[in-house]
Amino acid sequence: MLFPTTSPPQTPSRVVITGAGIITALGLGWKPNAEGFRTGRTAFRPVSLFDVSHQRAKRAAEIDLPAALPSTLLNAKHIARLDRAASLLLLATVEAWRQSGWEPAENRPLVLGTTAGGMSLGEAYFRQAVQRPHSHRHQPTRAVHYQPQVQARMVLDALGSSGPITIVSNACASGGNAIGHAWELIRYGRAECALAGGYDALSELVFSGFDALQALSTTLCRPFDARRDGLALGEGAAVVALETLEHARRRGAPILGELIGYGTAIDQHHLTQPHPQGDTTLTVMKQACATAGVTPEDVDYLNAHGTGTVLNDSSEAHAISKWAGRRAATLPVSSTKASIGHLLGGAGAVEAVICLMTLCEQWLPPEMAFETPDPACHFPVVHQPQDARVNVALSNSFGFGGVNATLILRRWA
Amino acid sequence: MNRVFVAGLGAVSPAGWNVAALREALDKGAPLPTQPMERPGWEKPLRARLVPSPAVRPEFLAHPRLRRTSPITHHVVASALEAMAKLRVNLDPKRRLGLVVCLQSGCVNYSCRFFDETLKDPATASPLLFPETVYAAPASHVAAVLENVSLASTLVGDPAIFLEGVSLGAQWLDENRVDVCLVIGAEETNWILADALWQLDRPAILTGGAGALCLCREPKLSAGVELAAITDPQTYSARQSRMEAARAMRSQLGKSAPGELLCDGLGNNPRADAPEIAAWRDWTGPRVSPKRILGEGLMAAAAWQCVAACDAVADGRFVAATVSLVGSNQQAIGARFVRADSGISHLSDGKSPGNIRP
Repeated sequence: MLFPTTSPPQTPSRVVITGAGIITALGLGWKPNAEGFRTGRTAFRPVSLFDVSHQRAKRAAEIDLPAALPSTLLNAKHIARLDRAASLLLLATVEAWRQSGWEPAENRPLVLGTTAGGMSLGEAYFRQAVQRPHSHRHQPTRAVHYQPQVQARMVLDALGSSGPITIVSNACASGGNAIGHAWELIRYGRAECALAGGYDALSELVFSGFDALQALSTTLCRPFDARRDGLALGEGAAVVALETLEHARRRGAPILGELIGYGTAIDQHHLTQPHPQGDTTLTVMKQACATAGVTPEDVDYLNAHGTGTVLNDSSEAHAISKWAGRRAATLPVSSTKASIGHLLGGAGAVEAVICLMTLCEQWLPPEMAFETPDPACHFPVVHQPQDARVNVALSNSFGFGGVNATLILRRWA
Repeated sequence: MNRVFVAGLGAVSPAGWNVAALREALDKGAPLPTQPMERPGWEKPLRARLVPSPAVRPEFLAHPRLRRTSPITHHVVASALEAMAKLRVNLDPKRRLGLVVCLQSGCVNYSCRFFDETLKDPATASPLLFPETVYAAPASHVAAVLENVSLASTLVGDPAIFLEGVSLGAQWLDENRVDVCLVIGAEETNWILADALWQLDRPAILTGGAGALCLCREPKLSAGVELAAITDPQTYSARQSRMEAARAMRSQLGKSAPGELLCDGLGNNPRADAPEIAAWRDWTGPRVSPKRILGEGLMAAAAWQCVAACDAVADGRFVAATVSLVGSNQQAIGARFVRADSGISHLSDGKSPGNIRP
């Protein structure tokens, strides 16, 4: 039963990561992404998925989807119904699933974050309904597969697994919240294992929306740089396999890292603008540290939300500087959105996997275009590739609407 | 686990802007009148049940955050304020409020308007509309109006996830992360949603609105209703059909007490309703089917079922009420609410109001 449940354990379970899947414009899978982030490669190019000739911004971090999806239990008819976003989700999930070595199960939760789900199907539905209203071809299928829970079901069916599906849609904090929610399910004994992550594909509506807000950079995405002029959009997905330490040990699974802290809260300042001093960001970083039992001195790398907009980066820089105190002067910070753009509902999950990469491979992801720090940055922004000792990494995610999320991961050694 | 009580209820529906209007419509038992809904390219309009304009402009609309918001946010805020009304009088401002907003279609009005503008000329698409298209917008606005929200989340899924939202609220209370938690299900109507529903479920009549449950830990704040049970979500899959999931949900709820009310999710489509009809075939007690009176309100309809169940218990008509949610494409889930001072094992017959079918 979901309610009432047994009381949570006195000592919450430790939660480890035994599988990770990722797809971004840097490539499909851990290896090309790790190589790209390590060297600070950028993946932006002219948008080809839809017409941007009338937009201010013309570039985004588009993904080249593989010619074929991995072999799963989905048949050709099912695969034909997957839109771009669902395909990204499937690719990331299959990688995480295979790495985890899990077997199909009937009660394995799937917690996902997304802002747009199958937006491309929604756009196609709208176009046809307006331009050819009496044609019903494909419309029922679009109306169903547009919905993120249906995409999630398809992914579980692909794996031959099943379980409760939770879709968190807290805008750009969704991916971080989804992983945090799954962490809580496991930590408090409500599940032993869970798949969690986030995904979003580029879509015309969303691109046009950020362009209309004049939030998109027309030059380079340079988070925390004094000359920054906006964000760049990207697309992608990341999924992690989470389980209790006991469960992982029992089956002898290789452990990639440990998820040790999570904080979330809502900033009521404005629908789209963060509090100028980053008050809620400060709160969630403190919350996450409290649950993790670490202090800023213990954090070796901070993957910032760092969108590259004037308001976000200034607010986040204030919060980081205040939270870190004296540690700020030596705390390496970067935003990997400089490489792959803002993945919206996928961002928090992808950035958690990037943190996992830094823990597993001991390097810091640089922002190669960064030159002049914003005055609010009292911390060094990583702008050259470098190896580093990374035992604890922190990842921030914030969304329209004000929900903030912070995850903290620890190296498994 | 701590006990969880219902401290207040709120509803906006085609019946009106409060729980009393919802109750009156359900008691009368007659389907509400429909209104035409134009859709581009068609001479014959679709039918929908629109939320009527409020008799008096709600004061909350003067809040600066609500200036440009769409109907779904108005529904969410109105239901939240109604559910919180009694609490807000005495609510310690330091009390931490949680907020879970559940949506299936979400902010379709501004999404359609913004995409329409984009297709016509993206250079002139309104930047005022875009932020209101995101699923998280209604939660953000209601948090700004209520002010003391410390934890908030928006869940998206089929209507059965409303009870997962209730479960999440109960979890936050149990973990002492909030003192009070609002769980709201909401939708708004527009032509493209009516068109999509028409493609998938011809007999259904689209409607919109919201329903809100305010949950608390403290018995003294209770409106006389206690959350007794929420089943596991029974996810549809290649190995579990909708029919099987509905049956599994029913089975987990176990035996009901004599006179217990069933708030089901039946509409007017025998095919879509078949799993729920089969799952409750042996139910002999009183039941109410809000969707048959109010229309297909998607997540709002799921919330109305819960509000109707809690309201029937709160006003003493029943000592217990069961909610059955057999979602359209994700899962089946059920719940039971009981009178707070009754003890779940001491259920008695309730009086059957107007439309409730014995």
